[in-house]
Amino acid sequence: MAVRITSPAFKANARQALADAPLQTSMRNLEANFIGRRRAATERLPEFEALRDAARDIKDHTLAHLDLYLTAFEDKVVQAGGHVHWAATAEDARTIVLDICKRLGARTATKGKSMISEEIALNEHLEQNGVTPVETDLGEYIIQLRGEMPSHIIAPAVHLTREQVEADFRRVHTHLPKERNLDEAATMLAEARGILRERFLAADVGITGANFLIAETGTSVIVTNEGNGDLTQTLPKAHIVLASIEKVVPTLEDATTLLRVLARSATGQEQAVYTTFSTGPRRAADPDGPGEYHVVLLDNGRSRMLGTPFQPMLRCIRCGACFNHCPVYQRVGGHAYGWVYGGPMGAVLTPTLIGIHQAGHLPNASTFCGRCEEVCPMRIPLPKMMRHWRERQFEKSQMPLAERYALDAWAYFARRGWLYRPASRLGVALLRLLAFGRGRLRWLPFAGGWTSQRDLPAPAGTTFQAAWKQHVKARRRAAR
Amino acid sequence: MNSQTPAQPRVGLFVTCLVDLMRPRVGFAAAKLLEDAGCSVEVPRQTCCGQPAFNAGDRATARDLARQVIEAFEPYDYVVVPSGSCAGMMKTHYVELFDDAEWQARAGRFSARTFELTSFLVDVLKVERIQAIYEGTVTYHDGCAGLRELGIKDQPRKLLSHVVGLTLAEMADTEACCGFGGAFSVKYPEISAAIADRKTANIAATGAPMVVAGDLGCLMHIAGRMQREGRQVQARHVAEMLAGMGHEPAIGEPDRS
Repeated sequence: MAVRITSPAFKANARQALADAPLQTSMRNLEANFIGRRRAATERLPEFEALRDAARDIKDHTLAHLDLYLTAFEDKVVQAGGHVHWAATAEDARTIVLDICKRLGARTATKGKSMISEEIALNEHLEQNGVTPVETDLGEYIIQLRGEMPSHIIAPAVHLTREQVEADFRRVHTHLPKERNLDEAATMLAEARGILRERFLAADVGITGANFLIAETGTSVIVTNEGNGDLTQTLPKAHIVLASIEKVVPTLEDATTLLRVLARSATGQEQAVYTTFSTGPRRAADPDGPGEYHVVLLDNGRSRMLGTPFQPMLRCIRCGACFNHCPVYQRVGGHAYGWVYGGPMGAVLTPTLIGIHQAGHLPNASTFCGRCEEVCPMRIPLPKMMRHWRERQFEKSQMPLAERYALDAWAYFARRGWLYRPASRLGVALLRLLAFGRGRLRWLPFAGGWTSQRDLPAPAGTTFQAAWKQHVKARRRAAR
Repeated sequence: MNSQTPAQPRVGLFVTCLVDLMRPRVGFAAAKLLEDAGCSVEVPRQTCCGQPAFNAGDRATARDLARQVIEAFEPYDYVVVPSGSCAGMMKTHYVELFDDAEWQARAGRFSARTFELTSFLVDVLKVERIQAIYEGTVTYHDGCAGLRELGIKDQPRKLLSHVVGLTLAEMADTEACCGFGGAFSVKYPEISAAIADRKTANIAATGAPMVVAGDLGCLMHIAGRMQREGRQVQARHVAEMLAGMGHEPAIGEPDRS
């Protein structure tokens, strides 16, 4: 795979992220911006909780009949004059896209924001084969300039400060006057727009993702706030839609239900600025539109999740609410997770896609605070599924050895109360002695995981159970 | 007290392993509160609820410990736990551990009788009065499992409002995790501490000289981090405050008793 996976180095990545001052500033802004807006948007809509149930039910139903709805979708796309390509793997999907580009003699391809494109590492593949990919979503444009992966599924450049982006623009846009003022985000946006406008007009192929695929009509749906997706898909000779198989929903009505929870959960908007429905290529009477319309349906391991405890993960509509509310993501940002999908949804999905042997840290690096599940519009039990991954690691003995030994030793005592009680009394008495009369310990051998960051309170020196026994005895004596 | 509650409910107190080992006074505070509210309190032999095993992916150990707890507490009208985290494990997750019908039924009955302490006092016993005085301001941290698995939010605040002289100063983002997360705190210590730092800053910003919570795990983590940062804020379990023990040594303070 072209994209370098650093998930096994999650701990080192996280340590680096915690020491990265601009990143920490950006992450604070993320918290401030997304959480309050989502709350306000959901509180304004009395039926929001009922909508979440309806949204979950739509996806559960679709996943139970996924083959049916995917083939129905394919039939409708073909009827509308489009093409559907089935891609079992990331490599298949890359090949399909490149073949279309080559057939059309494409030199540049504009791109709307697509996480599937990131997942299959499409840009590298196109570049290596003589097609220049041009990201047109502002966030994606910025990280393309920097050669980075997105750090958030809806806000790819959220890890950057305005100053960092300004420096990148000055570094890359060398044809513009050096002394120009880029103090305002709006000025930078205008600069990017000006550059992208020419790229839109020059592109041979336009590639977008899809928020939903509608089986009833053979339609793909994208939501954006910049309108870049529309220019990407309307102007070139061909529009290629990259979508994973779980994006399909039965009807237009279903898609609108999901759209109502999507924008509110994602950005706190009632609706995204642009919601675009695309069905087939340009028809005879259409004033504009692409000459060809292709949908690449990517599996890449998802069908293996069907019928397993991980199936609910396929309900995900990629709103990013779980990222915004996750205390771990808030501190370490998306790049620490080491691949395309981070945050709580990535902690569940990434091990499926790149293997638990590589992504083992991700489902473990959670406090199980449950806030992700609380805000997930699709009610995906994310902590429960992270725990499933931990169960698989335990069963396959993929836990770090020290952790496994500690767990087994603790379990040995906890299962045997007759041994646990004297042993724990001895343990707390010893610990009390080690505190030398102080209230807490600043350091303790073999407890560096705790004491490296915090003091450990000295125990009372006896257990509650032992003290309670004495208390009951004393009470009985007093009553006699 | 509702109509189904026996005149003197027989309560089995599950103190949690952390209270048992680290801070027995929380167990005594819980027992006092329950006795003051008209319960008879007993402490059956116990080790741990099994949550560390459950969250480490070791279902077999979690199941064995669940069986052990269910068996030990079957004779009681109620099982009361001074921790939202352990109560959440016992009330919501035990039932997920068993495949056979007999144990599923036993776990179901156990779940129905199991309550977190403040929830039991307010929701079951309908306690309206607390015999405690504390002149001072405290802030309250919502533990995640209690909040999200058991819906505990108003109960501790309601009980604290009955403490004569006590003022509650709410912190910003009180529903945010403190970063403890059980084994997470030692497996990912730097991230855990970074999460705590936001929490401790919010605590300090209230100006309250004490933080109170319903889970000793969170409290040891928050107190330990504040002490490491040199913050002069005390930490106590909510049961201690409700039992009138707010002047005894706080977590991490020398205890000559």
